[in-house]
Amino acid sequence: MKVVIVDTECANLTSVRFAIERLGYSCTVTDDADAIRATDRVILPGVGTAAAAMRNLQRKQLVDVLKSLEQPVLGICLGMQLMTSHSEEGDVECLGLIPSLTKRLEVGELPLPHMGWNTSVPTNNNPLLKSAEQYCYFVHSYAVAVDEYTIAEAEYGQRFASMIRHNNYFGAQFHPERSGKVGESILREFLEAKLC
Amino acid sequence: MLAKRVIPCLDVRDGQVVKGVKFRNHEVIGDIIPLARHYAESGADELVFYDITASSDGRTVDKSWVERVAKEINIPFTVAGGIRSVAQAQELLSKGADKLSINSPALLDPSLIDTLVAEFGQQCIVIGIDSFFNEETGTYEVHQFTGDEKKSRKSAWQTKDWLQEVIKRGAGEIVLNCMNQDGVRKGYDIEQLAALRDYCSIPIIASGGAGEIQHFVDVFNDAKVDGALAASVFHKNVFSIADVKSAMHNNGIAVRPIEP
Repeated sequence: MKVVIVDTECANLTSVRFAIERLGYSCTVTDDADAIRATDRVILPGVGTAAAAMRNLQRKQLVDVLKSLEQPVLGICLGMQLMTSHSEEGDVECLGLIPSLTKRLEVGELPLPHMGWNTSVPTNNNPLLKSAEQYCYFVHSYAVAVDEYTIAEAEYGQRFASMIRHNNYFGAQFHPERSGKVGESILREFLEAKLC
Repeated sequence: MLAKRVIPCLDVRDGQVVKGVKFRNHEVIGDIIPLARHYAESGADELVFYDITASSDGRTVDKSWVERVAKEINIPFTVAGGIRSVAQAQELLSKGADKLSINSPALLDPSLIDTLVAEFGQQCIVIGIDSFFNEETGTYEVHQFTGDEKKSRKSAWQTKDWLQEVIKRGAGEIVLNCMNQDGVRKGYDIEQLAALRDYCSIPIIASGGAGEIQHFVDVFNDAKVDGALAASVFHKNVFSIADVKSAMHNNGIAVRPIEP
């Protein structure tokens, strides 16, 4: 099993790598197109802003590479939002791997960012999160709207997609690498289950 | 439903966890990694590590423990203490810290907040505020360099104004340490926290004063904070995180269950 973490130059690369290593797998952090194409699993992490992350991917000439992948790909947090068609954060066109939309959370008087442990409720066709509602660790101010690609939902002032899927592309708005045993289980399923 | 967070705070000095009373007279509690592992396994929602010597000494101490913590635990953690530059922040984040908490250096140069937020994102920039109630003037004052009693002094800021300033500059979360309560276990400063909650559009974490299980229930119910920090009650096994979460749950406060 070869696992590649795409080097998006974002801040949480290390914690994702350590989480994979805690499961007993080694992984490579790289922006090399051939290495990304050749691996069994691809993880697209991200924190920061959508515009900056898309600029990094374009500068590294990774946009077409990420669009052409056939193995399972998991976007985490901003990485999930980058998989959608468009983000309101900076009004930026994203990768379009999953035809969903990323919008600012409308939470009224609640504090933003949405930060902390919140429940994620999977749909019955979610291959990564199989049990009933589970607490996962979130940190974000933008979120993917609930649509036909949603495979788990959460609520903070409004409903939003906490996990999405289209074909071989998966996204998690929360941080599985920092979501305790629930997060470990999701990562393990992503690495070990036959997903496509 | 978003759970209220219970957050053990580990004050770090020279690679060990220490605890003082009212920021003074530090005693050694134990080694960092076993304590971090213990708290992560016993239900902590996140951890905060304060390197209490760094800021006031004007030096940056060995941070290799940050990487060891990141390898060990599967919950988020914040590192605080002496972070004054993009390069220092980058180093800590690349070692696996999830959030960075800035205190005295932000008071010296508030534009540091804008710079760090632009570079790393709002989600990982926490502002720590040491707030002292001055009985003579009846005001809440922001103090700085509180890690060293010889250098600890009040800043020019009143707490409410500094809070709004750091939010305007893009901070992602506030840890409000109420100095009068710190280490004396008489309860969180509900009055101050509740008053500031109205001015705070980002998450706010209460710090200073936890001594009984009921104090956690009170601060969540009466001050509407998002998390509560505590150190000595957990370090000294006065009660456990499980005890706190059980009481919170019984009082209708959303908690993340402790994983078996």
